[in-house]
Amino acid sequence: MNKASIVVIGAGISGLSAAYNLAKRGLKDIVVIDKAYITSGSTGRCGAGVRQQWGTALNCILAKKSIDFFMHAKEDLGYEKDIEFKQEGYLILSTSEAEDKVFDKNVQLQNSIGIPSQRLTVEEALKIVPHLNPNAFTSASFCKTDGHINPFLMSEAYYLAAKKLGVTFYFFEEVTEIIVKDKSIEKVITDKRVIYTDKVVNAAGGFAREVGEMAGVEIPVFSENHEILVTEPTKQMQGPMVMSFSKNIYCQQVPHGSFLMGRSNPKALHDHDISSSWQFLDEMAKTVCNILPKVGQLRVIRTWGGSYNISPDHQPFISDTEQLNGYFMACGYSGHGFMFAPITGELITEMVFGDKLEDYAKDLNIKRLDDKNFTDFEQSVV
Amino acid sequence: MSKKDIIICRCEDITLADIHKCLEQGYTTFEELKRILRVGMGPCQGQTCSSLIQKEIAIFLKKKAEDVLLQKTRPLVTGVKLQDIADSADE
Ligand SMILES: Cc1cc2nc3c(=O)[nH]c(=O)nc-3n(C[C@H](O)[C@H](O)[C@H](O)COP(=O)(O)OP(=O)(O)OC[C@H]3O[C@@H](n4cnc5c(N)ncnc54)[C@H](O)[C@@H]3O)c2cc1C
Repeated sequence: MNKASIVVIGAGISGLSAAYNLAKRGLKDIVVIDKAYITSGSTGRCGAGVRQQWGTALNCILAKKSIDFFMHAKEDLGYEKDIEFKQEGYLILSTSEAEDKVFDKNVQLQNSIGIPSQRLTVEEALKIVPHLNPNAFTSASFCKTDGHINPFLMSEAYYLAAKKLGVTFYFFEEVTEIIVKDKSIEKVITDKRVIYTDKVVNAAGGFAREVGEMAGVEIPVFSENHEILVTEPTKQMQGPMVMSFSKNIYCQQVPHGSFLMGRSNPKALHDHDISSSWQFLDEMAKTVCNILPKVGQLRVIRTWGGSYNISPDHQPFISDTEQLNGYFMACGYSGHGFMFAPITGELITEMVFGDKLEDYAKDLNIKRLDDKNFTDFEQSVV
Repeated sequence: MSKKDIIICRCEDITLADIHKCLEQGYTTFEELKRILRVGMGPCQGQTCSSLIQKEIAIFLKKKAEDVLLQKTRPLVTGVKLQDIADSADE
């Protein structure tokens, strides 16, 4: 009979980190199932920026703890290749007086948590990214320890480390049912086998709501398409990620030399679409030519799309649930789940082992939605 | 000629030896090879390497080449300057 101590559904960065951390803690017979391959979901489609400049304390803490891990991830995971962590900061542009004030408040919050961000004038920002259009923004914030990581290689690093610790992976296999009896999980059914287990981690990314429904667990998240493009590689010319919430853009040069840039579509539908549109290309080109005219001279070679899995307050659920014993979820990252993967895996492990969580982590529970006093909402997103 | 000297993907400088190593590690679809090695991600978007890699996967898996899926194609078909797109967007 096929048995597992826990079944992790999804081999994106969240499921991989969960599996690795559980195995490191000593759990045996861990099974990870993915309907395709590692990084086939959002993880392999993302901008892979990692930043700590957030507007809610919860997101700041998650980001800081994760970056602390990324800094020595290669060694900790015993990865032979390089995860290509380019730690040259995020430069976030403000474009109005109202936004200036929000940035003042955010930087204060970030500093109080130990994040070394700072406010910059236009002149100071130009020293860091000389090709910025000085007329396109009013001030900026900068954190030098933010950056970018290769999402494929980071995922592979977790995957190989988990495999080395004995985790079993089934790829190209889809979970179709979760059988529940008396508020407990009995088994997980895939298109290839039946696995008896009393614990499941839902790390299904864009399909988190559906994988909740399979077990009768209601998770109020939805998915929407976010498009992104890449240019031909060129000489190194931009250290930090340049981002603006009001102009709706993020734009980063990766170590390989290409520029990645994306923006959100306010009219995106709530579905699993991940196609490319000419409207995105038009809007993206106009925005980047306005803010970073020199980047406008580069050629686009590809566009693609991926799902943001969005929660009501743009903060994730890393949570167990009173709805079902042994059911854990890591979803609703609202477009920033790559950078939270290290802490995701650690927290899921603590929950599975029944540890007492640190205070801040209580707000990651899906129960926060029932709490009328809980009003934090993350605005700092593209 | 050594496998290390046979270039399969000219954009990203990936050799036949790199491809074989990845296949042996268990990455046996084009999409997986693309994500690990960057084949097909360069300026030509796989126009040179895709059929060569398809053949290598087929030999490795003992399948017919036509049964091996190629990578997903996405816009654009050829590189276009962002400024040119921005200029024509308002027309
Ligand atoms: C364009 C874009 C840009 C982004 N930029 C950033 C960024 O700069 N920084 C950042 O931190 N985040 C970014 N994100 C968000 C980030 O990609 C996600 O939050 C993160 O990758 C989520 O990882 P995950 O493992 O939870 O989900 P995924 O990577 O989506 O993995 C879920 C996996 O579950 C599998 N699955 C689903 N259903 C089933 C089933 N029934 N049975 C078996 N397997 C199943 C899927 O095949 C998939 O592999 C971006 C996203 C997009 C789309």
